[in-house]
Amino acid sequence: MSLPPIDPKKPMDGLTRRSLLRASGVGGAAALLAGAAGVTWHQVMERGQETPLASNSPILVLLSMYGGNDGLSTVVPYADPAYHEARPELAYDPADVLHLDDQLGLNPGMTGLAKLWSDRKLAIVRGVGYPRPDRSHFRSMDIWQTGSPETPVPTGWLGRWLDTAGDDPLLALNIGEVLPPLAVGTKATAAALAVGGNANKTTGADAALTAFAVPDAADGPAARMVVASYAARQRCEQTFGSLTSSDGADAPGDSGGNGNRASLAAQLGLVARCITANVPTRVYTVSASGFDLHANEKDAQTAHLTEIDKAVTAFRSALAGTARERDVVLMAYSEFGRRVRANASEGTDHGTAGPVLLIGDSVKAGFHGDEPSLTDLDDGDLKTTTDFRAVYGEVLDRMLGADPTRVLDKVPAAVGLFA
Amino acid sequence: MTSTSWAQSAHLVRSTGFGGSGALVDVVDKQGAAAWVQQSLHADASHDPTVTATPAPTFDTLPPLGKGASREERQKRRQADREQVNELLAWWIRRMATAANPMVEKLTFGWHNHFSTSASKVRSASMLLGQNETLRALGRGSFLDLAEAMVKDPAMLVWLDGQKNTATAPNENLAREFMELFTLGHGGGYTETDVKEGARALTGWTVSRLDGTARFMARRHDSQAKTLLGTTADLDATGFVRVVLGHNASAPFVVGRWWRLLAGPGGPPPDALARIVAAYGPGRDLRAMFGALFTDPALVSAAGSVVVSPVEWVVGSMRALSLTADDATVRRAAAMMRSLGQVPLHPPNVSGWPSGQAWLSTAAATTRVRAATTLVRAADLHAVEDQPASARVEAVAHLLGIPTLSGRTAAELKKHVGLPPRLVATALVCPENLVI
Repeated sequence: MSLPPIDPKKPMDGLTRRSLLRASGVGGAAALLAGAAGVTWHQVMERGQETPLASNSPILVLLSMYGGNDGLSTVVPYADPAYHEARPELAYDPADVLHLDDQLGLNPGMTGLAKLWSDRKLAIVRGVGYPRPDRSHFRSMDIWQTGSPETPVPTGWLGRWLDTAGDDPLLALNIGEVLPPLAVGTKATAAALAVGGNANKTTGADAALTAFAVPDAADGPAARMVVASYAARQRCEQTFGSLTSSDGADAPGDSGGNGNRASLAAQLGLVARCITANVPTRVYTVSASGFDLHANEKDAQTAHLTEIDKAVTAFRSALAGTARERDVVLMAYSEFGRRVRANASEGTDHGTAGPVLLIGDSVKAGFHGDEPSLTDLDDGDLKTTTDFRAVYGEVLDRMLGADPTRVLDKVPAAVGLFA
Repeated sequence: MTSTSWAQSAHLVRSTGFGGSGALVDVVDKQGAAAWVQQSLHADASHDPTVTATPAPTFDTLPPLGKGASREERQKRRQADREQVNELLAWWIRRMATAANPMVEKLTFGWHNHFSTSASKVRSASMLLGQNETLRALGRGSFLDLAEAMVKDPAMLVWLDGQKNTATAPNENLAREFMELFTLGHGGGYTETDVKEGARALTGWTVSRLDGTARFMARRHDSQAKTLLGTTADLDATGFVRVVLGHNASAPFVVGRWWRLLAGPGGPPPDALARIVAAYGPGRDLRAMFGALFTDPALVSAAGSVVVSPVEWVVGSMRALSLTADDATVRRAAAMMRSLGQVPLHPPNVSGWPSGQAWLSTAAATTRVRAATTLVRAADLHAVEDQPASARVEAVAHLLGIPTLSGRTAAELKKHVGLPPRLVATALVCPENLVI
């Protein structure tokens, strides 16, 4: 292992482990690092022209699903009597499920993904989790995002990749102005693109911020953070060149000014436009939320998955026929699945392992990892069959050309996710 | 340059209220911090004309939609709910901005962050108002009463599915978050079994769809013995709260959570924690806890550790600039909070709002400048304008309750003394005004 040991107590420029941990919230409105380069649509597009991404570069789109997506309502074990027994009200009728084989089928709302399955562009890794599962949304999402189940660390797994991958601030781009912890490294972070609104617009009335970007010996800890944020704003301007106000137009979107509330369709719409505009970004991060369905789960779950299915299908269509189409892989995960047995409110409580979906031309389509048993349970929950670091390791190796041992504390054997 | 005691009073004003205000700092400094804290903690708001001037709105309970309601009926109902929640939000902003002593509202806002409940799921303004009034009424009493009120609170029961929690199949949501986020903390000594047993203790509570009140229905309650944190008994909601609050991890967690809100992420030093926990005591006395917390020497020396949150900054600006809290101003204030990422009644999740760096995005810097420019337009700037140019930097520092300006900030502000609105707008975004 060549990665230097990480001191969990080491604060990183004011973003402490605790705030990092708290920040990866259920709502998806998560942490933000003051040093994060907020970028404008114009800046991103300009980079696509000036330094276009090399042809055939793999592009990862990472979808974080906040709230604990119910894996058993996503990839449904419709033929297993134990499934229907455990969830009499909640179970999907085998006739409604979109059959993938004679055991498993997709949620009825995921017609687009079912088509991708038959086109051999969908890989489903089953039973993905980590040792000693934690059922707290906050801690579990922190584990997924940092890639470190044993020890809390202040950096995200993609952030640590960015630390090793060079200086281009656009190497990774988060859609939304609030960075998730997964995109925060020690030296580098993803850039952040606001969706809709005009949050990144420069007005000219902010000359004073330049003066306030200079540290003063009298500054206390919080004032130093404020000054650092003003300085980061300036560095960002310098990196991308200064803008006139007419250049400052933001990314088109329907969010009404709050990047985090943008629909997944709007987020992926921007990603497709960036990709086709040759923006030199290797990793895009997007998010969806609302999966914490302790009650009346069935309709809401189907609605959420339908929305995701439509957004992903539209994203694939936007790339269809372009030179980048076969380079793009979208990967979706959630902090945990849910309890096998439904509760009395026709919902489910917090559980453990769940499926990870990978969509793209280069994935090895089909099932990977063993389907967890519905009867051999760990205190009512599914047993993990695939360590999530095996998935991360393969993505780092095969898509990002990185040595996974520099990013992850443990790299289990590859699953064989790529063709 | 101001005196040490004025600087400490300025920090106390920012800790116990929304933003700074030289006028209030003068009052505190004259009275003495300890006496002012005690007086504020014991104040009866029902006799405060600046509070009674903003009576809480009343909301008609909207009739429940039938199972067969059409899509259009549902949309209409959602719209009606949203309008009521916006009215509730406007009222609370107005109350925060106009109460002469902001401490009660600051504590209420802190408890709202602690027992974080969002309109996104609860929807009912009447329930949200009920919870808000409970936080205000009990937020300086015993935490035993406050915590017990919360597990039986209609908005909380809806928010964390407590009303769906029955003996036949418990719903763990409320029990888990109560221990993880409200009383013990993650890793605070409870196990997955305690979550399940706690959920059983909390079974039986329902929320009426007709009048929005909470009711206990014995036949939905699990009356078998439960073993929670080592105690075995037929626990109900009251028993659950007593067992959890009796756990060793609870007092340090509650004190620690407030400490982090007021003094930043580091957590209290052990001696300060011991002092404040001792004041909190076996009665879980919140008034005593706040009294000890606000005057603890370790908190006093933590001045400058916390980044002002958007709600504190917007309300604080309204207060310092003596803005009239008319409908348009309050609407604009809500919009500013929204664009800065923190809207009361809409926390992002059950763990409350993030802090520190979360409020300091590069985008927020620009948004704040624009908001400051808007805020000063309607402001009473006499305290600055009436001074000769040479005294205006000092005047704006006093207006915002900033004890000491750095050389950097003073030099920048000096450039704007000829144009008081720009001077004040610039001061609103200076680093010294964005910290507690």
